[in-house]
Amino acid sequence: MDINDVYNLLKKVFEDGIGELKTGIPVEDCIYVEAGKIEAVCFFLRDEERLQFDALMCLSGVDKDKTTLTTVYHLYSYALKHRLTIKVDVPKDNPVVQSVYQVWSTAEWHERESYDLLGIKYEGNPDLRRILLPEDWEGHPLLKDYKVQEFYNGMKVPY
Amino acid sequence: MGILNRLDSRIEQFETGNLMITSVDKLLNYARLSSMWQMFFGLACCAIEMMATSASHYDLDRFGIIPRPSPRHCDIILISGTVTLKMASRIKRLYDQMPEPKYVLSMGSCSNCGGPYWEHGYHVLKGIDRIIPVDVYVPGCPPRPEALLEGLLKVQEKIRTQSIAKQIKKA
Repeated sequence: MDINDVYNLLKKVFEDGIGELKTGIPVEDCIYVEAGKIEAVCFFLRDEERLQFDALMCLSGVDKDKTTLTTVYHLYSYALKHRLTIKVDVPKDNPVVQSVYQVWSTAEWHERESYDLLGIKYEGNPDLRRILLPEDWEGHPLLKDYKVQEFYNGMKVPY
Repeated sequence: MGILNRLDSRIEQFETGNLMITSVDKLLNYARLSSMWQMFFGLACCAIEMMATSASHYDLDRFGIIPRPSPRHCDIILISGTVTLKMASRIKRLYDQMPEPKYVLSMGSCSNCGGPYWEHGYHVLKGIDRIIPVDVYVPGCPPRPEALLEGLLKVQEKIRTQSIAKQIKKA
């Protein structure tokens, strides 16, 4: 099944929950999904017989532009040996995405990392804490407008 | 008698051979610098180089430097790699747990001054000397085992010149 077939199938089942299909870009072709529909879509991608995306290879966050953050899902099917890239855009002033922890439990730590570094909140993640930075850290450092703090716990940060 | 060769000419040997005289400082320093126990602790890529120095090819053990798993047993801590701000408070704590007299060797550019993270590393401490006092800095990224050995010999040199007697006199 190529990405057009997957897109048409998803569009038929979820209608407005599925955004555009992007092809011909320098990176992998991808399908945009609504933030509030991603969990249902992922359950479908995992359980549908023709798709069987049984592995979430990577979940990452992107600071896309001044108003948008993006979560990127790289999926792979060990059963059918095909792959898929899903993207979810969320506004910076309210960055909330459904968690896919219930679909692939590996998502738990990936979502924590994305939350830690970009501040995207994953609704339904059972343990949404910082994972890399200390718990008392301020801000999300992979945001492009991030300002390095002058001091952290009495230690000077800038050179 | 290897011990006599390594102490200096201020040792007197008596004819019976069972008695020798030296200063307390010389004896203590000799003992201390010949068994600098190192904290069993590594941080980043420098730690790999440190392990290579410990292993049979460069053999740190011949200087009496062996890794110990508890800070309470240690005389020296090698800061071998990038110190993140999260790790920095842990290092400070380990250092505070080491008994005096204690020495710090800062290994590699990251630990000396932040290294490649000096400008954009929001998470890196720009030099371990911002939180604990450093005795010897070893430059390099990472330093070769020979450079690390040179640094450790410098620490030994430093210990050799220290004096307990003088400290008591000052107090």
